[in-house]
Amino acid sequence: MADMTHDTLAAAGPARPARRRLRLSTIGDHAILIAGALLMVAPLLMLVQMSTVPDAEIMRTGPSLAIGDRLWPNVRAALTESMSFSGRNTGLAMFRNSMILGLGFAVGKIVVAMMAAYAIVYFRLRFATLAFWAIFTTLLLPLEVRIVPSYEITQRLGLLNTWTGLIVPLIASATATFFFRQFFMSVPEELVEAARIDGAGPVKFFVDILVPLSRTMIAAMFIIMFVYGWNQYLWPTMIVTEDDRITLVQGIKQITQGLEGGQIPEYGRSNILAILAVLPPVLVVLFFQRWFVKGLTETDK
Amino acid sequence: MASVTLDAVRKVYPGGTEAVTPTTLTIRDGEFLVLVGPSGCGKSTLLRMIAGLEDITEGELRIGDRIVNDVDPADRDIAMVFQNYALYPHMTVRRNIGYGLRNRGASAGEIARKVDEAAAMLNLRDYLDRKPSQLSGGQRQRIAMGRAIVRDPALFLFDEPLSNLDAKLRGQMRIEIRALQRRLGTTSIYVTHDQVEAMTMADRIVVLNGGRVEQVGTPAEIYHAPASTFVASFMGAPPMNLLTGRFESGAIRLDHGPALRAAPGGRSGPITIGIRPEDVRLGEGDHVFDVDLVEELGAHRLLHGRLGDQHFTAHVLKDMPVREGRQPIALPDAALALFDAQSGQRL
Repeated sequence: MADMTHDTLAAAGPARPARRRLRLSTIGDHAILIAGALLMVAPLLMLVQMSTVPDAEIMRTGPSLAIGDRLWPNVRAALTESMSFSGRNTGLAMFRNSMILGLGFAVGKIVVAMMAAYAIVYFRLRFATLAFWAIFTTLLLPLEVRIVPSYEITQRLGLLNTWTGLIVPLIASATATFFFRQFFMSVPEELVEAARIDGAGPVKFFVDILVPLSRTMIAAMFIIMFVYGWNQYLWPTMIVTEDDRITLVQGIKQITQGLEGGQIPEYGRSNILAILAVLPPVLVVLFFQRWFVKGLTETDK
Repeated sequence: MASVTLDAVRKVYPGGTEAVTPTTLTIRDGEFLVLVGPSGCGKSTLLRMIAGLEDITEGELRIGDRIVNDVDPADRDIAMVFQNYALYPHMTVRRNIGYGLRNRGASAGEIARKVDEAAAMLNLRDYLDRKPSQLSGGQRQRIAMGRAIVRDPALFLFDEPLSNLDAKLRGQMRIEIRALQRRLGTTSIYVTHDQVEAMTMADRIVVLNGGRVEQVGTPAEIYHAPASTFVASFMGAPPMNLLTGRFESGAIRLDHGPALRAAPGGRSGPITIGIRPEDVRLGEGDHVFDVDLVEELGAHRLLHGRLGDQHFTAHVLKDMPVREGRQPIALPDAALALFDAQSGQRL
């Protein structure tokens, strides 16, 4: 800070009021940012702290500044110990299940939405606009509104307790279709024509040109859809009744339910699971961040 | 290589707009034909029909001996260069140029050899592994050319390929494209709205207006013997002076001016008289040219002013002394072009 002030002084010369204002605003900005960061990180730090002390102590004192020695046993219990008699819903298994759900949602939704948008934008379909608006209006109907009929169909098809039943009924995405449609419409017409003359048919054009051009859009959609799938709670709860398909988000709930049974809930373990549940979305965002911003703001053409 | 024949080809858009009236035209084998006209004249539509990117409403299109009305663009044995180049932004220059060959199932070795050849011809060898976005406008233009020549097609189609370049580069690329076409001997159709490009590049020019062919001819024919007032005013910079006048007692007379020359065949009534700015002779004759403005262009000067009460421009070489104000000017009989006052057709 001292160095900075010195530099500003040397560079700014006579512009004294401007310099002071700059310094004040810088301090203000940093204060706000630091306060915001603390506010965001605090719950996570509390989770970590609480998973280092025995569960009974949490019941007694709540969150504190004490660091206990229970961190490693809790991590081990969370990852490897099962929560029921079946022995199949360990933390690792639930992590895998959540991963399958998140990836299945993200990949499936992107593939379906891209192909739908491709059909709407590039082919002379009768009622293409009508079809698009029909897809678009489904945005007005969230899953919760149609969950009973959706469940009934899934159940009649015999898809309860299967990955297909978990993923396929929710795979159509109006949001992604809309985004890809807007993007495809901004791709210059001449690119299609050049590809046609170059002998690229519809499939080749899609795979060789449209998909690579959409990679920033795909990254952006991947983040949104992965997090959406990862955080699903209601739908898996309805479709999955067997332990070996339970996801992390469901698992956390199951552990804290111990309270109703009169025992002390395993706070330490569920806190570790909660941290585990936050990690992949954070990593996905960090990894795709660059493309995410690019995909939603600029077009790379 | 091939000739191209348009037989009463017509384009009507859904909604009833007639973009191209029935047009019959033959492009000879190896010829460089330029379609020129103002925007909306149908020149691009005509080109896109030949490319197969636009359906032909009526008429017959042949490339070589084959009727191609219903043939897919990929199978017409053509290559096209677009106004904004239409390069694939995510592919390297090498892949951009080779993409058409790859889609046609050429072997990797053949693709590499042909891309290399094309790149050498266009001075693109050093840029083969870059992406188009890292290259300048002129270089992108060359890639688009490379993509066209690498397939060795029967026909090149150019859709205003130079209009995104700055003036200097445009002049340079004009020469390059022309030289390349001469060397390869490939039949080419080139669309532009720039009459200078048309004049300098074409073997033959087709001047289009409102979806109709106004005139077909060599650049010299088009320039010296325009078929209509439209061609006269569109081709040439500055354009031909068009003055109103009339047939009167066996002579052609400028409105408010002296007689110019004997009228052919005892006609009478109004007439449009055309004369190229460089065909007038300043400082002699019996017309009075009132010069308002002298435009200095280095090698020559343009004098803008009035002849009688009509706008008039004269073109004089740099050695000629010029001044503003009223001065005598001669309009030589041989340089006059006469047009029907109503239809604009040459008499």
